[in-house]
Amino acid sequence: MNQPIVEPLLDGQQDRHSRVLEDQNYHRLTEQICGIVERPIPRWWPAAFLTSLAIASSALFAAAYLISTGVGVWGENQPVGWAFDITNFVFWVGIGHAGTLISAILFLLRQKWRTSINRFAEAMTLFAVACAGVYPLIHVGRVWMAWFLAPVPNANAIWPNFRSPLLWDVFAVSTYATVSLLFWYVGMIPDLASLRDRAVTRPRQVIYGILALGWRGSGRHWHHYEIAYLLLAGLATPLVVSVHTIVSFDFATSVIPGWHTTIFPPYFVAGAIFSGFAMVLTLMIPARELFGLKDLVTDRHLDKMAKVLLATSLMVGYAYGVELFTAWYSVNLYERFAFQNRLFGPLAWGYAIMVLCNVAFPQLLWLQRVRGSVWALFVISILVNVGMWFERFVIIVGSLERDYLPSSWGRFIPTWVDLLQMVGVFGLFFTLMLLFLRFLPMVALSEVKAILPRQSHFQVGHVVNEGEQVASRGMEVLES
Amino acid sequence: MSTDTLPRPELFGVIASFEGPESLLEAATRARTAGYSRLDSFSPFPVHGMSKALGLRRSRLPWMVLGGGLVGAGLALTGMLFINVVEYPIVVGGKPHGAIEPLLPITFEVCVLFAAVTAVLGMFFLNGLPRLHHPLFSQVNFGRTTDDSFFLTIEARDPRFEPAETVFFLETLGGKSVRLVEA
Repeated sequence: MNQPIVEPLLDGQQDRHSRVLEDQNYHRLTEQICGIVERPIPRWWPAAFLTSLAIASSALFAAAYLISTGVGVWGENQPVGWAFDITNFVFWVGIGHAGTLISAILFLLRQKWRTSINRFAEAMTLFAVACAGVYPLIHVGRVWMAWFLAPVPNANAIWPNFRSPLLWDVFAVSTYATVSLLFWYVGMIPDLASLRDRAVTRPRQVIYGILALGWRGSGRHWHHYEIAYLLLAGLATPLVVSVHTIVSFDFATSVIPGWHTTIFPPYFVAGAIFSGFAMVLTLMIPARELFGLKDLVTDRHLDKMAKVLLATSLMVGYAYGVELFTAWYSVNLYERFAFQNRLFGPLAWGYAIMVLCNVAFPQLLWLQRVRGSVWALFVISILVNVGMWFERFVIIVGSLERDYLPSSWGRFIPTWVDLLQMVGVFGLFFTLMLLFLRFLPMVALSEVKAILPRQSHFQVGHVVNEGEQVASRGMEVLES
Repeated sequence: MSTDTLPRPELFGVIASFEGPESLLEAATRARTAGYSRLDSFSPFPVHGMSKALGLRRSRLPWMVLGGGLVGAGLALTGMLFINVVEYPIVVGGKPHGAIEPLLPITFEVCVLFAAVTAVLGMFFLNGLPRLHHPLFSQVNFGRTTDDSFFLTIEARDPRFEPAETVFFLETLGGKSVRLVEA
């Protein structure tokens, strides 16, 4: 069972014909993935689920307390008007980005190894965006007025300001959530049909039957389906870049020293992919152990993800360096002070954690031995999660604490409500993730089947080949 | 009561099972060469080259998506301009009412949103989904098409369809368990 299924196709150099596997492979794969959903609940699952649910309920409690009492229960006050809420919002939105990178960008780049992790990463995206969405809703203070964000004239017949990056953010994040959901669901329809066709109990037949929409694997359907999937990938790619760019505009278009920089959009996008890949590793490493998926999510997959982690870590490290350089080079008193304060001010410890976790520790990934060790990867991925949380905290809170006039400086101290809300949202994330693992196919079956080694001599492919054709047609047009 | 009075069941077509994607593709190509047009293949994953073998034209979906995206972008841009210039003109940062630069991010997002929704709904529309019931679903073993089985059907509305002859034809192509399917 532990013989790798996908490994021979990870890169093209290997002899594909050497590993001709028999027909049962399709069935074995279906058994393996659908089996996870169909077998009785594993013993660890209820305990894990109830724990996550209990933690998640504390988010509900903290939010209810906040709404019934007022935003004063949070530690933020002038001059620090944004603190844990926006830090966590940016943190969660960023995590989502790795899922879209894996599912859309790697798809367009024809990285076939993505097929065994894309469903999982897309689910992570969706739940991370749901967690991010909690904060803007409750941080407005009077939640019953959250509809003021919608593009309709409010109670005073005043329209929202379409020139504000905060409103751009509303559009960007809600579009991102919708498109991620569509992409995830469309990719899952053939696998939901697999679950439907294998269902023995009535509720399963009905629920999976409705969700699969009557999919029957028809060649005429695949024809349009593949194009739809390719188009969605093509749409999601610029979208994911735009989302974190717009999130960074929330800061970059303001006049706060430390926020007002042009490097923010690429810096935030790189950071988002970095943190997201770390979260994929954090979740995937235990999941492949628990569900026996080591033949699908192989050590080579982890190695590749570690390399992406290293590359994005270097980008983030470069951005940290450029920020410091620009502050010095600008000869601007306030800009220079903002970074002096970041390095040596009251939040210097946060800056140190951020640099250590995001730039220093990931350098270990240069070593093959570290990339090959599951434990080392797991620890580094968690450190990166911590580091990226602190990056947002240092940027947001550190810059607001000390801007221009020393007389208007202040400190931010989180209250228990802040902390409970943050911990609770992590609970929400894990609750949703556990539900996904239990009830939906966590590996894209139809995609993995299409790249099984058996077919390679016959050139079977997913839309990738469609894309190749389109690309080659384009080249012909260009050359003529 | 004699059996003659029973209505003869309407036919959906003929179904045959094949071993793998290669034989399925070959069978589809040969059936098409033999003049059959209402063919369909069923496989757990997309088989490369099948669209051509079934004689399908290029999908209209990209044009629909382009249309959806343009409608979204147009709606967003004209809507915001109308609000900023006519409905609720207010000076923000000393910029002209009709400035389009600050409207571009939202225009882009709405464009992507409309295009993505069109891609999904358009795919459903072109495929006739959702369709929760289909004559083929009553076939024994048809459920395995989403697992590891490959089928080819020739529908009764095909002008060349002749029950006995078509069954024989699919058998000559190497089809296993060839059967008539009731509508």
